[in-house]
Amino acid sequence: MALLQISEPGLSAAPHQHRLAIGIDLGTTNSLVATVRNGISLVLNDEHGRALLPSVVRYLADGAVQVGDAAQAVQSEDPVNTIVSVKRFMGRGLNDVGDVANLPYRFVDSPGMLQLRTIAGVKSPVEVSAEILKVLRDRAEQSLGGELVGAVITVPAYFDDAQRQATKDAARLAGLNVLRLLNEPTAAAIAYGLDNASEGIYAVYDLGGGTFDISILKLAKGVFEVLATNGDSALGGDDFDHRLYCWLLEKNRLSALGAHDTRALLTRARAAKEELTDRVETRITAVLGSGEMIDTAVTQEDFHAMTQNLVARTLQPMRRALRDAGLSVDEIKGVVMVGGSTRMPQVQRAVADFFKQVPLTNLDPDKVVALGAAIQANVLAGNRSEDDWLLLDVCPLSLGIETMGGLTEKIIPRNSTIPTARAQEFTTFKDGQTAMSVHVVQGERELVSDCRSLARFDLRGIPPMVAGSARIRVTYQIDADGLLSVSAREQSCGVEAHIVVKPSYGLSDAEITRMLQESHGHARDDMQARALREQQVEASQLLEAVVNALEQDGQSLLSADERAGIAAAMDELRARLQDGDHLVIKRAVGQLNDATVGFAQRRMDKSVSHALTGHKISELDN
Amino acid sequence: MSVTLTEDAAKHVQNFLSKRGKGIGLRVGVRTSGCSGMAYKLEFVDEPDEADLKFVSNGVTILVDQQSLPYIAGMELDYTREGLNEGFKFNNPNVKDQCGCGESFKV
Repeated sequence: MALLQISEPGLSAAPHQHRLAIGIDLGTTNSLVATVRNGISLVLNDEHGRALLPSVVRYLADGAVQVGDAAQAVQSEDPVNTIVSVKRFMGRGLNDVGDVANLPYRFVDSPGMLQLRTIAGVKSPVEVSAEILKVLRDRAEQSLGGELVGAVITVPAYFDDAQRQATKDAARLAGLNVLRLLNEPTAAAIAYGLDNASEGIYAVYDLGGGTFDISILKLAKGVFEVLATNGDSALGGDDFDHRLYCWLLEKNRLSALGAHDTRALLTRARAAKEELTDRVETRITAVLGSGEMIDTAVTQEDFHAMTQNLVARTLQPMRRALRDAGLSVDEIKGVVMVGGSTRMPQVQRAVADFFKQVPLTNLDPDKVVALGAAIQANVLAGNRSEDDWLLLDVCPLSLGIETMGGLTEKIIPRNSTIPTARAQEFTTFKDGQTAMSVHVVQGERELVSDCRSLARFDLRGIPPMVAGSARIRVTYQIDADGLLSVSAREQSCGVEAHIVVKPSYGLSDAEITRMLQESHGHARDDMQARALREQQVEASQLLEAVVNALEQDGQSLLSADERAGIAAAMDELRARLQDGDHLVIKRAVGQLNDATVGFAQRRMDKSVSHALTGHKISELDN
Repeated sequence: MSVTLTEDAAKHVQNFLSKRGKGIGLRVGVRTSGCSGMAYKLEFVDEPDEADLKFVSNGVTILVDQQSLPYIAGMELDYTREGLNEGFKFNNPNVKDQCGCGESFKV
């Protein structure tokens, strides 16, 4: 007969309706699957008792696929067809991936996302990730004895829309119903927050295989709020391996190696790194393809010295996250360590020094994300009452819209909690304007050209009206997975246009960091630029209005002298328009305004008398 | 007639309860549902009901509501492992017939 598990009070499942749900940590280096059974979150092991599935996929000539340890074991023999750290390619174009030359793969550039040419054909990162997810799904179904309702899959907090969408696609391809994507640090907080039930503000320091995330979270009465996130999506344990590998090359005076040797030495470097966690010295030995023998001793001290700047690179995002949250180091009650790389003593020391306290490490840093994801999956599948706790997440970069003059108007500011919806009203710029282009941008800068373009669409069918009288409501909505939909609606007649952001490109690794850094470094320039653009827009608007007015009434209402005066002021303004100084333009705008005051007055009188012509006084009283 | 746990099952229940951090015991019962008429209920207990019958087996408190008892009197719960899967198995002497998967039964 079937094996039963203990449910929460009042939540026993009906027969054949077990709401089996899993949490998956789809990691750069390793992936895990966890579930909640008998009220406890636990990681599911494979038939050999192993919890970690190396995120390695190997394609064979006959179309067969090896995943995990089997693939990892042969990666140095078949580096071209053995894909490691595929997460770095998710939702990325070839240009976004930095060190293509140092990787053993045969990349194929294609629109949106790069692809990999293997012996079994061209594969996209989504397909490769799906192979990993399939193995985890099978493991879960065997362990739980039934079909899964769905899965919560974790992603780095810094994943943008393209990367999140790619992750969802991979899950669908693997036959998994995605209940939700969850930020990794948030998942870790769930695992810690609920297990230990401790309230306060926490920092989650997540140094995984390929990504670094820092999150500032507030835990109170079982409610999680993410106050800020920051990080570096191109920094992780792989970089420590690579640093050790480069040191090894230098030490042994080796130059460029083949793919096979590179892979072999990287594997040895990783093993040495792990050994140096609790040993002061280890040896790296390998035989290269050329027959050359490598046998090098490396001490903990050497390793710490060569990786010092990698550890230091995690400090800047920590400072930024604290500043975003408006907190000082003293206000952090605890620090949660996530990711296998946080086992390195130099990392723990640096974090302890920064936060002036010993970080929490009582849950296995490799498993904590999966455990938290499982807890959330369990709630979403309906196995626990949802009022127990609520989870708030944030969007990492501001989302805005382009306005006249190429300026960004932020609609959803950075670090807003999601899901969220915000709306703002815009209007037309020209008389009789019947369409409006909505340009969705992401970033912190004032000028659109400095932000990232996400999508663009047109709202058509706006009834012709005087400039400024149409009311167009633009709504930005981010769902629980961090995916954006934008709609624009003209309020008087109800015409509407809508777009779901199907992102074409991910932001490159360096780009997110750069965008955030630049927004702070350029704050003053941005303000100047905004003032200039605003002044230029105002000037063009005025010029256009005067031209129209002159056309209509210039002959009848103005003398030749007056016309010449206005024309001179207009010429002056046109000449100043491209000036880099907004104050100069402002002065010219003022002059043109002064020159046309009388004209405007006369036009007003004329239109009033025109409106009154033919009406009786009694009619006007009504 | 009572409801009992094997020693192994009791050890698992105690472990689950201590990790869960709250709860006073295990509720075992039946309800009408499923393809063969009845289905088992297996839940943690945070607050007992006054009308509950209470058994203690291998150190674990088991609560059974009065309506359920006739269907499961004399039943023993065991904890077993089948491949990668593991969980509680119900050895119920009252069962006459059950559906293929054993998740629901007839008395």
